[in-house]
Amino acid sequence: MKIPPCLGRMLALCLLAWLPLAVSAQDDGGQPLLESLDAASYAQMGEAIEAIIESGDERSRGWLEALLGGKLQRHKETGRFVVVLENRGRDWPVADALTGEAFGEMSRRDLDRLGINNALRGQLQSALAVLDLHVPDTRDRREAARALLGDVDASLVEPLEAVISGEEDAEVRRLLEQGLAIHRLEQGSVEAVASLEGSLNSRVRAALNSAARSDDPALAEAASSALADIEQKMKLNRGLETLYFGLSLGSVLVLAAIGLAITFGVMGVINMAHGELIMLGAYTTWAMQQLLPGQPGLAMVLSIPAGFLVAALAGIAIERGVIQFLKGRPLETLLATFGVSLILQQLVRTVISPLNRTVVTPEWMSGSIMINEGLSLTLNRLYVLGFALVVFAGLMLVMRRTRLGLEVRAVTQNRAMARSMGIRATRVDIMTFALGSGVAGLAGVALSQLTNVGPNLGQNYIIDSFMVVVFGGVGNLWGTLVAGLSLGVINQVLEPWAGAVLAKILVLVFIILFIQKRPRGLFPQKGRAAEG
Amino acid sequence: MHSSTSWLARPFRERATQLFLSILLAALATVTLLNLALPEGHPLHVSTYTVTLLGKYLSYALLAVAVDLVWGYLGILSLGHGAFFALGGYAMGMYLMRQIGDRGTYGDPVLPDFMVFLDWDSLPWYWLGFDMAGFAFLMVLLAPGLLALVFGFLAFRSRVTGVYLSIITQALTFALMLAFFRNEMGFGGNNGLTDFKELLGFDLRSDATRLGLFLATGIALALGYVLCRAIVTSKLGRVSVATRDAEARTRFLGYRVERFQLFIFVVSAMLAGVAGALYVPQVGIINPSEFSPIFSIEIVLWVALGGRATLYGAVIGAILVNYAKTVFTGVMPDAWLFALGGLFVLVTVLLPKGIAGLLAYRLKPRRLQREPTDPSSPPREASA
Repeated sequence: MKIPPCLGRMLALCLLAWLPLAVSAQDDGGQPLLESLDAASYAQMGEAIEAIIESGDERSRGWLEALLGGKLQRHKETGRFVVVLENRGRDWPVADALTGEAFGEMSRRDLDRLGINNALRGQLQSALAVLDLHVPDTRDRREAARALLGDVDASLVEPLEAVISGEEDAEVRRLLEQGLAIHRLEQGSVEAVASLEGSLNSRVRAALNSAARSDDPALAEAASSALADIEQKMKLNRGLETLYFGLSLGSVLVLAAIGLAITFGVMGVINMAHGELIMLGAYTTWAMQQLLPGQPGLAMVLSIPAGFLVAALAGIAIERGVIQFLKGRPLETLLATFGVSLILQQLVRTVISPLNRTVVTPEWMSGSIMINEGLSLTLNRLYVLGFALVVFAGLMLVMRRTRLGLEVRAVTQNRAMARSMGIRATRVDIMTFALGSGVAGLAGVALSQLTNVGPNLGQNYIIDSFMVVVFGGVGNLWGTLVAGLSLGVINQVLEPWAGAVLAKILVLVFIILFIQKRPRGLFPQKGRAAEG
Repeated sequence: MHSSTSWLARPFRERATQLFLSILLAALATVTLLNLALPEGHPLHVSTYTVTLLGKYLSYALLAVAVDLVWGYLGILSLGHGAFFALGGYAMGMYLMRQIGDRGTYGDPVLPDFMVFLDWDSLPWYWLGFDMAGFAFLMVLLAPGLLALVFGFLAFRSRVTGVYLSIITQALTFALMLAFFRNEMGFGGNNGLTDFKELLGFDLRSDATRLGLFLATGIALALGYVLCRAIVTSKLGRVSVATRDAEARTRFLGYRVERFQLFIFVVSAMLAGVAGALYVPQVGIINPSEFSPIFSIEIVLWVALGGRATLYGAVIGAILVNYAKTVFTGVMPDAWLFALGGLFVLVTVLLPKGIAGLLAYRLKPRRLQREPTDPSSPPREASA
């Protein structure tokens, strides 16, 4: 249980936030407590710490943390106790330890630090750990109980037992009992193994591991069988984790490829600049964050429509400027759009920068969800996965349920017939291409959360995207979804034993061979649409 | 007997081939003369540096001819010819590595430096034999040839054509690039093979060797050109053109289309391998970037700019684009990708027949409407 200095500083600031409220209730029971802390010997200081804990003073946590971080200091002239908020430079901003009021800066030469030794540091840390078990928020209490695992020593047994009897939350009780059990296991108790069974915590496993090597055969056996159980559970967890990462990678592939499934799959236009449209979406997110500094969340939400628009407009420009002149010449279209992709890349390099830009992850997207102690899912990947599914569903709706979708299908199946029915084919071309490009922009917005935003962003995805579309079956959106997700999972399953690069190579080779077997992909189109 | 000689001799009777060969040989002779006869400092003197640069262009031109053979006459847009080029280059590079002997930094008589660095204690099996020039030169042909044979056999048999084929050739070269970047592959990882000393006993840094390599590349280009012309003017070539224009119809006429495709694809891959093998000693390095999909697609641009299905157009395109690249990257490197990208767009939209199309327009306006390949007689029925 080490508290890094930056965390200490943060805690000191938190202290400042709530101290004034607390102080109004009770005036200065604190002064004598602090006075006793400034004792001659470390032994006396230890007693003073005990006294502070027992006092139940609401400010005690702040004091002890400040003391631990070396920030509880005494002004030499006035004898006032202060908490240093920031110890950088020569003059330090300080707050009154009793009232919590900040009162400007003091020269560090005027301050006396209340020093502690290692024994006291240990005492303080465990005291703080127990203190944490009294906070009102259940989640914080669980966190504190988890932090205690493996750090329980004889001095903590009694206070912890007292805490357990008063604790309402079952999870906290369980964690604390495990903490005590680890301690008892270290003392050689066989019964302690029972309460550790099934835990995935690494410290529990470490304790069981050392117990399994102990000289006591009964203890060693019990610990080994408990370990075997845990190993089983871990395996399942690892499987689930691989699946999650695979689905996450798959969702990225789906996002990158789904726009292509529209332009290439449905319209039959090879757009090698598709990757650069993704890149434009990612840069739009970055630009949005530059426009709205300090509000990454809002910028993120706004960049979804903005990314769509930017990429869609770029798509329209490409369609009108290049592709319309190359109708029916797919190989030439490929080359021309590749030229466009080079120009877009160099444009970004020249106008913005050849270096990667950082896109901030909004707070509600960072962090992770803990399913259990062996498995936690990172939130940003979960959001991207959800986003991919939403985009997919949206596209499905557009293609199946709207006038545009109907017209697109009509034009791609039989252009001449559709035109004679009064459908303006050119307009449909533009709209479809804009839709596919816009979706690429959306992919860019999502990717900006997972990878570096740089001029090469699109290039890294273009081959993968084509592979996904071809693998899934051209012209089939469901195929793209299934192909993307399954390729992602295959890649992640291969990765542990083949390594990242080899896994990618194997997947590519697999697709190349698969195409030989089924040239029209997983879900080939049937009927008239398949002709041509 | 009779048919085989006429098959090879036919190109020499064509005016276009005669013209191309005379220009090429005249250029080779002029460069040699200007390099050898004129003293350094003379305004017309061609430095050895320039000779090597021209040699590099010529090897690219041979590569472009190989791509034009499959794209122009077979209708297969290969976005993976860089892979065959690089494989030929690696075969040559492996031979050159073995020629270094104990002159490397670590002085190991057998192992190349990078293997010593990786703590390998013996040569991997696929490096065996590369100390012999004959074996290595054979591998220059066989390595790309075999890859093309296996890949083409699978692809053509299942009738993967058009855009699909382009995309999987691109995936092929991409996968190879990733593989060659790995140190474990035993090809020097991302540093590739370099620090070559000599080729067949000739010091690679001497002016004479460099001029010799330039001439060898020029002659290889001439031979490759004649071979391709011979193929495309043969019956086999006519069937392949028919395949390009109407694959299904050709198949229904009784031709085993996939065999023609496979044959031409493998020949083209071998030519690309030779180009790579000539490229490596002149440039002095081979690394996995030659496998990058961008390089392969650039080759296609050379052909498109020069004019598809003309062969000489491919040569013109390769030399022009690479000369422009040398100039641009020296003067304003940022503008090169703009120029290259713009070229892709302009050539495909405005100049579908390339420079050769423009030339044909200038030289023989009467035949403007004809196909550039201009098969003089329609393919006759053959026993399939």
